[in-house]
This record gives sequence, structure tokens and C-alpha cells, in this order.
Amino acid sequence: MIDINESVMQFLLAFVVVGPLIGAAAALLPAPPGLKGKSPEQAVLRHGMTVTGAVLIAAIVLALGFDHDQPSKMQASTDISWIPALDVRIHLGIDGISLPLLVLTALLTFLCALYSYFKMPAGPSPKAFVALLLVLESGTLATFAVLDLLLFFLAFEMVLIPMYFLIARWGGEQRTQAAWKFILYTLLGSVVMLLGLLLIGLRAGTFDIVALTTDNHPELTTSVQVIAALSIGVGLAVKTPMWPLHSWLPDAHTAAPTVGSVLLAGVLLKMGTYGFVRILLPITPDGMRTFAPYLAAFAVVGIIYGSLACLALAKQGAKGDLKRLIAYSSVGHMGFVLLGIATMTPTGVNGALFANISHGLITGLLFFLVGALKDRTGTTDLDTLAQQTGAALYGRAPRFGGLLAFAAVASLGLPGLAGFWGEMLALFGAFRPAEDLSRPAFLTFMTIAAFGTLLTAAYLLIVVRRVCMGAAPKDGPPLADVQTYEFAAWTPLVALTVLAGLWPAALLGLSDPAVQQLLAGGNR
Amino acid sequence: MSSPAQHLAASAAESVVQSVDWLAIAPPTIAAVVGLGVLVADLFVGDARKTLLGWVSVAGLAVSLLALLPLLDGDRATFCLTGEPGVCSYTADRFTLVVQFLVLGGALLAALLSMTALKDAKKDLPEGEFWFLLLSSAAGAALLPASRDLATLVVALEVASLPAFALVGIRHGDKRSSEAALKFFLSSVTATAVSLLGISFIYATTGTLYLTEIADRIQNVDGQLHTVTQAGVVLTLIGFAFKTAAVPFHFWVPDTYVGAPLPVAAYLSVVGKAVGFSGLILITVVALPSYADVWGPALAALAALTMTVGNVGALRQRSTRAYSAVRLLAWSSVGQAGYLLVPIAAAAYADNTDDAEKAIGSTVAYALMYAAVNLGAFAVAALVSRTKPLNRVSDYRGLYASSPLSALLLAFFLLCLAGLPPGIIGLFAKVTVFSAAVDAGLGWLAVVMAVNVVIALFYYLQWTALLFRAPEGEPEQHRVPAPLTAALALTGIVGIALSGAPQLILRFAGIGLL
Repeated sequence: MIDINESVMQFLLAFVVVGPLIGAAAALLPAPPGLKGKSPEQAVLRHGMTVTGAVLIAAIVLALGFDHDQPSKMQASTDISWIPALDVRIHLGIDGISLPLLVLTALLTFLCALYSYFKMPAGPSPKAFVALLLVLESGTLATFAVLDLLLFFLAFEMVLIPMYFLIARWGGEQRTQAAWKFILYTLLGSVVMLLGLLLIGLRAGTFDIVALTTDNHPELTTSVQVIAALSIGVGLAVKTPMWPLHSWLPDAHTAAPTVGSVLLAGVLLKMGTYGFVRILLPITPDGMRTFAPYLAAFAVVGIIYGSLACLALAKQGAKGDLKRLIAYSSVGHMGFVLLGIATMTPTGVNGALFANISHGLITGLLFFLVGALKDRTGTTDLDTLAQQTGAALYGRAPRFGGLLAFAAVASLGLPGLAGFWGEMLALFGAFRPAEDLSRPAFLTFMTIAAFGTLLTAAYLLIVVRRVCMGAAPKDGPPLADVQTYEFAAWTPLVALTVLAGLWPAALLGLSDPAVQQLLAGGNR
Repeated sequence: MSSPAQHLAASAAESVVQSVDWLAIAPPTIAAVVGLGVLVADLFVGDARKTLLGWVSVAGLAVSLLALLPLLDGDRATFCLTGEPGVCSYTADRFTLVVQFLVLGGALLAALLSMTALKDAKKDLPEGEFWFLLLSSAAGAALLPASRDLATLVVALEVASLPAFALVGIRHGDKRSSEAALKFFLSSVTATAVSLLGISFIYATTGTLYLTEIADRIQNVDGQLHTVTQAGVVLTLIGFAFKTAAVPFHFWVPDTYVGAPLPVAAYLSVVGKAVGFSGLILITVVALPSYADVWGPALAALAALTMTVGNVGALRQRSTRAYSAVRLLAWSSVGQAGYLLVPIAAAAYADNTDDAEKAIGSTVAYALMYAAVNLGAFAVAALVSRTKPLNRVSDYRGLYASSPLSALLLAFFLLCLAGLPPGIIGLFAKVTVFSAAVDAGLGWLAVVMAVNVVIALFYYLQWTALLFRAPEGEPEQHRVPAPLTAALALTGIVGIALSGAPQLILRFAGIGLL
């Protein structure tokens, strides 16, 4: 949109990746004179806000400077040799697929830092909290920006330790077990993934994603591709998460602090699906074709399973936890993303990428809201909240209730909001899958997934009825409505949800050319 | 068939006087000479100035490290057969220099740790003897990677091991210490006897002790002697497998580490391993490449067993048991030895010597990483054991509150050992080992290793998480003595520098060694 010098773009992208790391190191040091603030806690939380804010600005400038006429071209790319022995290069770059995810990550992390500045999660020193948050941000941004398989793996692993500590130190009940489950599952997945990445890199003689995508690599025979796709796919599927590898997710979400849940759902899960699109689709197309029907089947089971789990949790007397419910709904939503990818068509993959972003916005908002609800009422247990008639948020805190209802309706995929397009396109993709995939199978998957949307609508409406409606108790404790800082943290998410719903072309215009090129083997 | 003796007799007419390349043999020689000097000086130095001996030994090790510098310009060899200048007993090639650097550097760090330990022991440990033993063992360990004939190899191995037994049992009157030394001694001597038997078989069938000659002649061994040769190969390997503490020759490790003074355990965990694996590399890759179909699968199985048993052993340590921190490090070092064996096994499956050398390079690169971070972890353990002599893992709870820097360093070292960012060098060192295995087609071994990495993560991370928990009771401030600070700073700087520029050591995996 605006013309920015290429070297400035390169610098901005490098800053987006490295800036948070430097900020994390600085957060551990004592505040310099003049920036001490009211207390050391306040100073370090403000530091976190400043750094994430700077990164967000850099990401927005990157998005503005991005050449929107050529979204399939890698832009702002840097390519420096780092470890020649392993042929690892610091290769950074963004295209229409990674740019929206990059901006989403920067935005969500900034909102989290903003939210924590006013509402520090209960736990030990905020110093470590801010440092871990920044390392987490750096790892996720790096995952979306790097174009080298081993560097991708490094970035993928980088988020584990900070997320582990965020859950284990600042989390709620059962946090230690949940944190263990999270890190052991994802690590087991990622070492298996490493084996697949090595297999590809060693056979093809390069770890460079761009080179692997565009060049023809006859060394990657079908059998190599099948093995590689299986092992990489397992690693990514744990992260996504795909049913039946999802069982770490509900526990981790339930135990994590609000900010942790927001980032986990909003950004970390996308690292898995991004890997599918960036690595598996273009580099191992034959392997992907072999597994696409299975992937789609698991995805559809995930959709139905997630919705049924949510329905069970939403039932009266089930002692369902709201955070756990949203976590299960994530399993369902990510099922749509995986279904879109499994179709191997531009329509499906575009839908998957769109659903990625919209899930990040909407579920991020939902977790923020539920976290705030827990701060106000002290519980996220649906039965305790709703009691007999309903929690009556409409009556007690109308703006808060309205926002919650908005997020729930957006999540169920109401046309006109962001949740609609992604799932719709994924279903369209399944209606006409790639040529060598079995159409009847995918038609079945499409039908089942469409049924899943009905179930999703059902449980989300039940939640809205039980939490937002009901008769307001006359003598109950007053419930604070939305505070100013909460408005500040949530408004961008609401606005973007509406914007993406009304103007999907903004996103699809970016991703479509890049997806077309990826599916065509790098050259169109 | 010509034996070295015949060679000598034949060439006696030309020249019986060999010129010795003193520069090439300087690193081990300096260590040995300084060790002797310290032993003699001990007689003349008063009790009050015994610390001087420590500084002299540290300086001696530093000088022998510096003596490696002039050798960097090219390969040197000395003690060659006068008739055949290509057949030598002592070679200072790249492999030698890198392993010597590892061994002497490891000994230097262990010496820094020992200075504090000796001071704290308040004359319970005989200083002069201690330094003499440490330096002689280091000299033997430095000689080993350079030796290119079986006799020198065994002599070097014994020079490295015999002082180690005495070091383990150096605490007079301590029952655990003497028991550990006895256990270590008996099992080690058995292993040496076994490998000597194996070497004698190989000598019997090939008629030479020089490694390169063996590699040639063993291919044309008389068919009748085939079984003897194979038995010789297996028996020799067993001896060196013992030194690397490969399963099932690992049982001495935990008790020995716990019984020994902490710096000696640190020394054994790094230098002892380096001795074992460099000997193993010389025997397998240099001397017996034609028997790759025998030792390849054997080493692969050994590697899988070693890492699994080691990691499961570490996993089973209860954190409240006495000395559990050292026990955990001992078991984890067994597990790490398994990773070290993987590329050596992969070298057996290499299509050409170039690939085999690259695989060896991966082992050396991994060993360098392991040496730096493991010694760092031991340095923090030495620091903690000053105030908490029982050294349980649970004693590390809340270390961050009392000394944040050492807690952060220990966390970094443990994550390097686990191979997770921010321990980037640990991650990439593991990646090189994985890629050696995948490249050699040892997919199953790579998968076993992957599972082990996850198991190991569990206990490393549990320990790391403990460091940052709220401490029980008041945090005690401990002053860090200068030598310990130096050791911590050195290992920390090396670890962090390597994480920023892994190429520094990983290039050995890229260009190959030997």
C-alpha cells in the first residue's frame, strides 16, 4: 500500500522476530533510572506493553509496506548463513500466507500485555511473566517468519518452555499436571517431526523451504514423502490439535491464566496448521495426497467430537467449566481448518487460512471474556454461574453480556462475522476436493462437518442462554461492567471480527495467490 | 608378516635414533611433567601455602591447552617406524587436537572445581597427591586420542584410569569413597583384562599393533583364524564400552559418582567418557573399518540400550534421596553416552569414508557441547553442596531466590542437556546426532533416541522448574569462591557463545575429522 524500501522491510521483519527476545532479556534487568515508575512491578509490566506495542507497530508497518499486488512473492526476505555444517540459514520472509498470522500474533500479544498491565494474573513476580510472554511472542513470530526447516523446528520448540512456565506458575487448579501434559505431548510430537524434517532435508540436500517448494526434487520419492509427511504430520497434528491427539488441550486451557489461554488458542495452535500449509502441502504433495482422506476423517471426527463434548459440558448439572468448553470448541474449529487443508484445493486451503485467523480473533476474545468473568465471579463453572435460572449477565452487566453473546455468535459462524467464511470455504473445498482424492468420501465428510456446525450452534446458544439470560437476582452482589482497559483490549478483536466478516476479500486477496502458487508446486 | 620388532631390527642399520617431534607431544607431556613437579613440590611447600599447588596445576593445564595452538597448522606425526614413515604411534591430527582440547579443557574446569573442594575439605584430602593424580590422569587422557597403535592405546587408557581409581577413593576413612573406588577398580580392571585379551587375539592374527596396518591386514586374515579375529574385535570393544559407561557396563557409575568427591565425578563424567569414546572411534573406524558389519549393529544396539537405561534410571531418582542430584547427573551421563554412541554406530553404515568421518565429527561435536554444559551443571552442584552437603535435588528448590545467576545458569545447562531452546546448542547438537542416524538409514535408532529425548526432558525440566519455585524458609546467601566463579563463568560463556554460533563446534560434523 505504501512504498517502503526493501532493506527497511528486512530490518522490520528481523526486528519483529528478535525485538521481543531483546525485550525479554531487558525485562530481567532492573529498570533504568527515569523508567522506574510507581513500583518495579508496574515498570516491568509497562516495559512488556512497550515492547509488544513496538512489535505490533512494526508488524503493521510491514503489512502496509507489503506489496499487495504480489502476495505470492516472498517479501522482506533476509538470507544469511548461520550454521553451514547443518546447512541452516537464517532465512526470513513473509508472503500472503504468513503476513496475516504475523500481524495476528503481534496484535494478540500486545492486547495480552495491555490486559496484564491492568490485571496481573495471580502468581509470582511479573518480571518473569513479562520475560516469558516476550520469548513466547518471539517464538511464534519466528515460526511464521522463518523459511528454513530446522529454524522452523527451533522456533516451534522455542514456545514450549515459556508456555510451560506460564501455565505452571500463573495457572489455576491442576496447573502442574496440565503444564506437564502440554509440554510432553508437544515435545513428543515435535521430535517425531524433527525426524521427518531431517529426512526431507538430507534427501533433498537443502533445508530451505523456498528452494524445496519451487525446485523439482526427484530425490523425494513417494515413499520418502509418505514417511516424512506422516512424521511431520503427527508433530503438527499434536500442536493443532487434531482428534485423537488433542487431549492435552482442554487441560492446558483450563489451567492456564487468561493471557496464556488467549495466546494458546489464538496463536500457538496456528503454528500447527501453518506448518501443514507451508511445509507438507508444497514439499510432500504425494505424501499429503496419501494421508489427505485420513486427515479429513480425523478432522471431521474432531468437529463432531468437540461439539458433542461441548454439548455435554453445557448441559445443566454437568459441572461444565466454561474454559474447558471453549477449549473443546477449539478442537471443533481446528477440525474445519484441517478439513480445508485436507481437500488440497485452493478453496479449501484459503478457507483454512481464513478460519485460522477468525478462530484466533474470536476464541481469543472468548477466553478474555471468560477470564474476566472468572475475575468477577470467582468461578468458570457453568452450574455455579448459572444456578437454576441463568447468570443473567444481560441484566447485571449488559455490556459484558452483550460482548459475550457477540463472541459466541461469531464463534458459531453467523454470516457477516469472521467465523462464517472460513468454515464455509472449507466445506466448499470438501464439496470438490483435489482431483486425485476420492470425491464421495469428501462429500460424506462435508455432510458430517455441516451437521457439526448445527451442533456448534446448539451448544453456543445454550451457553448464551445460561450465562447471559435469566432473571437478575435482586440482592445479589453487583457485577462490574466492562472496564475501560477491557474495552481497549477487546475492541480491536471485535472490530476485526466484524471487518473480516464483512470484507473477507481483504484476507482472501492476500492468501489466494500464495495458496495457488503453493499448490501448483511453487510456479504458476 | 613383519612385527614391529622385525621392522626395528631391519632398520637398525639405517638409524636407531628417532627424532621426536616435541611440539607434537607437548600437550600431554606438559600435563605429566607439571603433575610430577607438583608431587615433588608438595614435599617442600608448607601447609599454609598448599593452595599454590592448585594454582600451579591449573596453570599447567592452561599451558598444555595453549600448546595445542602451534599444532593447528597441519597434521604431525612422531614415533614412526623408521622404515615406513607413514606408520606412526603418535599422530596430532585434527581429531587428536579436538579431543585433546576437550580433555584438557575438561580437566582444567574440574581442577577449578577441585580448588574450592580441597579448600573446603580442610586437609581431609591430601592436596599434593590429588593434583598429581588429576594431572597424570589428564595426561593419559590427552595421550589416548593421539595414539595410533594398540600398545600406546592401552597404556594411555591405563594412565588415564589408574589415577582415577585413586581419586575416587581419595577421601581417607570415608567408607563410601573407598567402596566406590573398589567397585570402580575391580570392574575397570576386568574390562581392561578383557580388552587386552582381545588385542592379543588381533595381534596374533594380523601381526601388527599399528591401527592403520591392522586395517589393511585384517582383510587378508587366514580363513582358519577368522573366528579368533572376530572374538578379538568383540573383546576389545567391550573394554572401551566399559569406559564410556555403555549399558550393560554402566553399573559402577552411580555409586562411583556419589562416592567420589564432586569435582572428581565431574571429571569422570566428561574426561572419562571422552577417553572411552575416542578409544572406541580409533578401534572401530580407524583399525577395523572392514568389520563394520560386526561392530556397527553392536554399537547401535548398545547405544539404544545405553540411552534407554540411563534415562529411565535418571527418571526413577527420587528428589528427596541423599545425593540424588549427583545420582541424577550420573544416570543422565549414561543416557548422554548413548547419544554419543549413535554417530559412531552410524559410521559403520556410511557408504564412503567421507560420510564416516562426518559421523565421527557429530560425536565429537556432541561431546564438546556435553562437556561444557555438564561441567557447568556440576559447577552449580558444587556450589550448592557447599551449604547443603547432602546435595538432594530438592535442595535446589528456590535457588533462584538465593542466587539468581547460578540458578539461571543451571537452568540453561539443564535445558542444553535436554536439547530445548534456549539451550540452542544442545538442540542442534542433538540434531546433528539425529541426522547422522537418519543419514545412515538407522531410522529405528533415531526413533528410540526421540523417545529418550522426551523421557530425559521430564527429569531435566522437573529439576529446572524446581529452581524457580518459592524457597522453603529463608534463602541463604552464599558467597561464591573465585575458582568456582571462574568455572561457572567459563562454562556459561562457552554455552551461550555456542548457542549463538553453533557452527563453532558443529563444523566438525560438517567437514569430518580423522
